Amino acid sequence: MSSLPTLHGPTWFLAFREASRYRRTRIGIAVTLLVIALALLGPLIAPYRPDAFVGRPFMPPGGGFLLGTDFRGRDVLSRLLYGGIPVVWMSFAAASIGMVLGVTVGLVAAYSKGWVDEFLMRVMDVFLSIPLIIFVLLFVSLIGTKEWLVVLLVGVAHMPQVARITRGVAADIVEREFVQFAEALSVPRWRILWREILPNITTPLLVEFGIRIVWSIAGIAALSVMGYGIQPPNADWGLMINENRGRIATRPLPVLAPGLCIAIFAFGINMIAEGIAGTISGTSRKSGGEA
Amino acid sequence: MIQATQTEARFAVDVRGLRVELPGGGDIVDDVSFSIRAGEVLGVVGESGSGKTTVGMALLGFARGGARITGGTVHIAGDTSTNMLALDSEKKRLLRGKTVAYVPQDPASALNPSLRIGLQLAEVIEAHEPSTQRAEIERRIEAVMAAVGLPTDKVFLERYPHQLSGGQQQRIGIGMAVILAPKLIVLDEPTTGLDVTTQNKILDVVKKLCREQGIGALHVTHDLSVIANIADQIMVMYSGRVVELGRVETILTDPQHPYTRALLGAVPELRYRTQLTTIPGAAARPANRPSGCFFHPRCPAAEPACKAEPIGFTEVVARHWVRCLNAGSGCGTRPERLPDPAMASGGKPVLDVRALSVSYSNYRVLDGVSFTADRGECLAIVGESGSGKSTLSRALIGLVRQQASTVLFDGTPLAPRARDRSRQQLQAIQYIFQSPHNSLNPRQTVEQLVGLVYDTFHRTDRNRRREAIANVLSQVGLTPETMNVFPDQLSGGERQRVAIARALAADPEILVCDEITSALDVSVRAAIVNLLKELKARRKLTMLFVTHNLALVRNLADRVLVLHKGEVAEIGPVGEVIDRPRHAYTRQLLANALEADLDHRVEAPQPALRA
Amino acid sequence: MLWRHVIRRSALGVFTLFLISLIIFFATNVLPGDAARAILGRSATPEAVAMLKSQLGMDRPLSVQYLAWMGGILHLDMGMSFISRGPVWDIVAPRLMNTLLLLAATSLVALPVSFVIGTVMAIKPGRLFDNAMNGFLIGTAGIPEFVIAIILVLLLSTQVFHLLPSTALVPPGQSVLENPQVLVLPVLTLTFAVMPYLGRLIRASLMDALASEYVVTARLKGLSPRVVLLRHAMRNSLVPSIQAAALTLAYILGGAVVVEFIFQYPGLGSALQSAVAQRDVFVIQAIVLIFAFGYIAFNMVADILTILMTPRLRS
Repeated sequence: MSSLPTLHGPTWFLAFREASRYRRTRIGIAVTLLVIALALLGPLIAPYRPDAFVGRPFMPPGGGFLLGTDFRGRDVLSRLLYGGIPVVWMSFAAASIGMVLGVTVGLVAAYSKGWVDEFLMRVMDVFLSIPLIIFVLLFVSLIGTKEWLVVLLVGVAHMPQVARITRGVAADIVEREFVQFAEALSVPRWRILWREILPNITTPLLVEFGIRIVWSIAGIAALSVMGYGIQPPNADWGLMINENRGRIATRPLPVLAPGLCIAIFAFGINMIAEGIAGTISGTSRKSGGEA
Repeated sequence: MIQATQTEARFAVDVRGLRVELPGGGDIVDDVSFSIRAGEVLGVVGESGSGKTTVGMALLGFARGGARITGGTVHIAGDTSTNMLALDSEKKRLLRGKTVAYVPQDPASALNPSLRIGLQLAEVIEAHEPSTQRAEIERRIEAVMAAVGLPTDKVFLERYPHQLSGGQQQRIGIGMAVILAPKLIVLDEPTTGLDVTTQNKILDVVKKLCREQGIGALHVTHDLSVIANIADQIMVMYSGRVVELGRVETILTDPQHPYTRALLGAVPELRYRTQLTTIPGAAARPANRPSGCFFHPRCPAAEPACKAEPIGFTEVVARHWVRCLNAGSGCGTRPERLPDPAMASGGKPVLDVRALSVSYSNYRVLDGVSFTADRGECLAIVGESGSGKSTLSRALIGLVRQQASTVLFDGTPLAPRARDRSRQQLQAIQYIFQSPHNSLNPRQTVEQLVGLVYDTFHRTDRNRRREAIANVLSQVGLTPETMNVFPDQLSGGERQRVAIARALAADPEILVCDEITSALDVSVRAAIVNLLKELKARRKLTMLFVTHNLALVRNLADRVLVLHKGEVAEIGPVGEVIDRPRHAYTRQLLANALEADLDHRVEAPQPALRA
Repeated sequence: MLWRHVIRRSALGVFTLFLISLIIFFATNVLPGDAARAILGRSATPEAVAMLKSQLGMDRPLSVQYLAWMGGILHLDMGMSFISRGPVWDIVAPRLMNTLLLLAATSLVALPVSFVIGTVMAIKPGRLFDNAMNGFLIGTAGIPEFVIAIILVLLLSTQVFHLLPSTALVPPGQSVLENPQVLVLPVLTLTFAVMPYLGRLIRASLMDALASEYVVTARLKGLSPRVVLLRHAMRNSLVPSIQAAALTLAYILGGAVVVEFIFQYPGLGSALQSAVAQRDVFVIQAIVLIFAFGYIAFNMVADILTILMTPRLRS
């Protein structure tokens, strides 16, 4: 028996611990926490209300307005500090919805095999054939731009891809002999899914969760940029781009600043996902000597 | 030190002081010297991690996974001016495939899946003799296909690797190696995963080619019976060092190194039952090898001097070298012979299988299989791959839905599906899978793994549960601390012990073992077999032991059932079936097994070579 | 044998498309904001809605409406736009051409560039180029297209250099082909958006192939490094690369919506965006269906190519 220290704890926690050995994971965690802190604490330190008209439109930086004013004369910095919360909570929520739905479908499909698998995956293919943005636009055009609707739609749009990934990684596990052993013991099916299979695919699913958050950020922000997300006069990074892009040539900051915030947030999450993905291919523990 | 005498016959290869290092420093193998004469086969034996494959690949100037060849010389075909290891990559390339060729371990992954086999043969010639005419290439492919016993027609050569059987794929692998008539071929466990019948045929091809074309061969294997069949010389490796080297007859009849002896004693014999030798402890990894002789911590005859400093070679008799201080002292004892078990029959059978048939769509895997198993006996179920033996065992534990039969346990019928069986029935029949890598959930600790079974049949408080789990672990020779580790922190043998402990946690009456030793090294296998024997006697277990290894059956089973194409070919007491087979298929199986049997090969009269 | 695969795969694609048409149709007809309400707005009286519904044939049973709609689409008759009062196809067709043009231009840039970068990285892993490129690709992988677009606009057409038009507005009566410069920024944006994924996937699949047993065998057969790379490794790594390329094309289709919006490129995406703004239901239906068709077509081609290139699947 080797003298490796035994690690205990939930598998997702162990995956994070292993991933944190990579520099990219640590950078990702730091950047992500920074953006989340900016979004949550920003309103406390903002010099103005986000919807207060405090100056002339498109004033250059300086004179009390660190980043200048926007197209209606509101303080860009204040709107930036207020505008992070929507994209942060919405992207986490949408990715979570997508994961719960997709993992459930994927696990059931992989474990059931046969026609149940075939049917579920065909249904997923149908959903998959409509690009995320277009799927959301279709329904938003019919029902209206509501935050919960955007979150739900983006979540549902993630489902098929998550289901496919889950089924892909679970298909190997389902065939493993420990699953058949549990089968022969007549262990309840939900318990086999939950206790035998799921812990073995936690790491790829964590990676997928990260990817889904990144895509949610891009999708939800893009909807705001096009005017289908957060509605004026609320503050939101995507919306700020939409509102101020007309004068990008002369006043780039009101567009660039929220754009960079979104990009940095996505970058941070992506780095964490990359770090966790690195543990799969990188350093799987190898079996030792012989008895 | 081992000296190559130039007056002797032409050498296919001469290796001196080979050393291969790991990327982080430390050696995988060191101080490896040997030579192979043209037309002869050197068998390299050792357990996993002994460095035997590393030695084989080094003959082509190749090292895997970042390892580096850092010392030694390899001279091919008596060419003392060219050291393979010192050549630049282009010069090495020109020798590879032409002068030294390689036959891979697993042809299924070693052949390129998207290229036709004809092309994969032709490209060897094209790479080394680019001016060869198309017709000449075709002629040589045809010749080599005939030599390895494959069809020579164009249609066959147009096939892709996946359209060939495992045996055919390996014949292509050998064909690619010999097509340019090299001086030396390196075979890396070429018959692993093949049936005994196919294995013997492949080995015959290799032997014949080497003799006829004067090719020297280095044959890496963990399977001693393969060596007995094919080799002229044996080189035994342990922990990256050669521990014994000599003629095959000498080493098999009169092994000098304690490790060689233990290894030979761990191999079951076909024609009588033996007490299998086991080796305590485990081989050290390169990072933490002991001082002196690497084997001393596990050696029954170790003395203080063994720990002191590295041991050199002793030439006990001509051309028989041993790396041991006690070499030549001749304390070797043959494994103790045991009588076949007496048949204590009578009483109601605990398991009664009546006309078990299993079909998948249109294919009938099992056809009317009937047998009984008495309480406390070990019934071996023997057959080659495709005989249906795994399906049979899986049907018994309720994993095969498509069965039509009556299976009576203790007189009451069992439902085909485990989920329809009563708790008591589930408890009574426990199953141990072939691969301990696959059958233990890597995300659960040993306590959780055994606990799953325990909790299914028992409801006790935490302390009683821990006690019970520690208890079954100790019964299979594991410490209570094992509870807290994950399977991938354990060795293969330890994992299989956990799998056995898990089955015992149910308090079963019948233990179904599906090829549970086939993935294990020889000495580990012996330990597991001894453990099973002990458990069977102590707990009055009924055991169904599924295997393809007849020698193992002789060693362990009371009765044997021979399965052939889904039907029972023969069933009877183990001694009777093996010594006096009635069914033609049993006779064929035995003939194949006998060809590979150590004793059979060795007991042919040999002059005593001891000094 | 191969043809059976192709036919089976095509049938599956058609079936998926049929299901999508059902979703699109019923979503636009059953959900609270149905077409008539969408046109007339929330304040419309029930009478007005009912009248418009009967004018549009929307008082017929849904199944009849669906069949009529589907029948029309098969003849490229996708109904009339409420806004422009013209046939939907006349609005959509030129936009479709422009989007296909953008897609083709992007593929011509992004696929070869990613292929070369991924291959060079895989051949010399761990070297300077591989490490630097890998860091760049990982770092830029998550950045949304519109941010890339903003940065490119600032760099190339406003703040730093003034090389290119910041929007892709085409003078009326002219086509995109007559103003190829408008393509540059959208193509660059999409290329930067897909390169991290595609380039790294090509690198990974080639590295997998190079580490495989059959490549070891090929090297030990003494084949030249060129033959080992081209014949043995790349032949097998091409399959996942092609699949990734097809997925990328399908992805560009979706990403084009945002990029077209940002650059005001006259493609399907921006047409969809304005149709949504104006609740032009038939135009929305048509465009969503076209996107789905594109996605399915790319995947089908990838699957068929995969089968063609993988002997084990072919027989």
